[in-house]
Amino acid sequence: MTDTLLDVENLRVSFPTPTGRVDVVKGLSFTLGRERLGIVGESGSGKSMTGRAILRLIRSPGRQVADKLMFDGNDLQALSERAMRKVRGARISMIMQDPKFSLNPVMTIGDQIAEALKTHERIARKDIAARVIEMLEAVRINDPERVVKMYPHEVSGGMGQRIMIAMMLIPQPDLLIADEPTSALDVSVQAQVLDLIDELVTNKGMGLILISHDLNLVARYCDRILVMHAGEVVESCDARDLHKATHPYTRGLLAAVPQMEEKRDELPVLDRTAWSGT
Amino acid sequence: MSAIALKNLDISYGTTKVVQGVNIEVAEGESFALVGESGSGKSTVLKAIAGLAPDWTGEIAVLGSPRSHKVDHDFATRCQMVFQDPYGSLHPRKSVDTVLSEPLLIHGLGNRNARVIDMLAAVGLDQRFRFRFPHQMSGGQRQRVAIARALMLEPKVMLLDEPTSALDVSVQAEILNLLKRLRREQGLTYLMVTHNLPVVSFMCDRMAVMNKGRVVEIAPATALHDGSFTDPYTQTLYAASGGNPKSKETL
Repeated sequence: MTDTLLDVENLRVSFPTPTGRVDVVKGLSFTLGRERLGIVGESGSGKSMTGRAILRLIRSPGRQVADKLMFDGNDLQALSERAMRKVRGARISMIMQDPKFSLNPVMTIGDQIAEALKTHERIARKDIAARVIEMLEAVRINDPERVVKMYPHEVSGGMGQRIMIAMMLIPQPDLLIADEPTSALDVSVQAQVLDLIDELVTNKGMGLILISHDLNLVARYCDRILVMHAGEVVESCDARDLHKATHPYTRGLLAAVPQMEEKRDELPVLDRTAWSGT
Repeated sequence: MSAIALKNLDISYGTTKVVQGVNIEVAEGESFALVGESGSGKSTVLKAIAGLAPDWTGEIAVLGSPRSHKVDHDFATRCQMVFQDPYGSLHPRKSVDTVLSEPLLIHGLGNRNARVIDMLAAVGLDQRFRFRFPHQMSGGQRQRVAIARALMLEPKVMLLDEPTSALDVSVQAEILNLLKRLRREQGLTYLMVTHNLPVVSFMCDRMAVMNKGRVVEIAPATALHDGSFTDPYTQTLYAASGGNPKSKETL
């Protein structure tokens, strides 16, 4: 990649425990251009923590260190908290897992999206409404004039997630981190939401980091895949070559997924005894 | 005698009718799936059978005896339910031991200590989990506890409401294997709600597809192999789930 957007080198995230600090991300390195990168792994593999660490959102007592954390020529680690706020949302934004918990329940959808816009741009009031409606149309919400007046509890999960996407994309960021954007949604809606993210990302030439535990889904929507396990990248490959993956952990994950044409009597499971302490 | 028989079942929440005219018969020992998108009424059907959605008309019979609209003690010994989210369905301040003993206590069954120990072994949990609380366990372990709780009264019919959708793929595989083994060992009948078609292919013999509160098609699970569905809605659902990649390659 000539046009490097994000360059991470030896990223570590640690949390204190009674027996000392435990690294949940252990020396992660990758570079990202304007492409789609998938991060896959089980719960607890540190994939979400990686996403948060890029935005410097690891809260105390958690701690993050990296040899290098460069975004578009800026060293994110050197930025002040104030400067960091200008990066979050405006340059890098993040879609969280569940729209039910990430939308403000006592604010109308229109106000929430407008807030995202007002925070990052100086813009005339009448233009705000127009931009919000335009954005809702872009995420294929029917009748946006009605939806802006609604509250989050009045919309379905799929719609809520599309509203989240609208909110995250309205300041026109360069990099979008999607942390399990569809695991709270139905299969039929899942495809719609991912197609939408895919389309917006491709059209605007953004970078995308898609974090998920669903290997096949990531393989479908990404160019490159990092497989994480216990805080480390165990395998990095092109999405096309996922079925050629060699690491036993990746193979185990792939085999554990039930197939549409299932003939196996029992699904192979990962041998956890090797690494589970509790 | 069929394990579950639903005849002209209509279910309402207040004035809204969410399920209309459902007719399903599940044979004893069969594993039957209800599939459809959210809001199609598939979970509501399970709730009505379990007695959690009491505003229904029509007939519900489990193992030949009809279900009343009230709380039914005998019914509970024949039919139990496992819920979707193991993070929400276990009481945060009750230990595994309390949770598993409670059904025995309510039904006045003795020999509780031995039964709890046996059940933990049956669902593949180590004995050291017996006095743990839900927050001390992972999602997969909690779902094992939820399954154990449902099995404590030795029911013959299990209602499974998306038992693996809150879990990782690798843990999902473990739970699906467990459910399959329990069904084989104890001769259980499953009625399972899911929106994951590959899971149906692995677990079930037949499936009913629901859309907008109605059953649009009942098909054998083998239809998932070749996509031989007749209803247009089912075909879209099948395509949205990725269809069958292998059959696409051969085309």
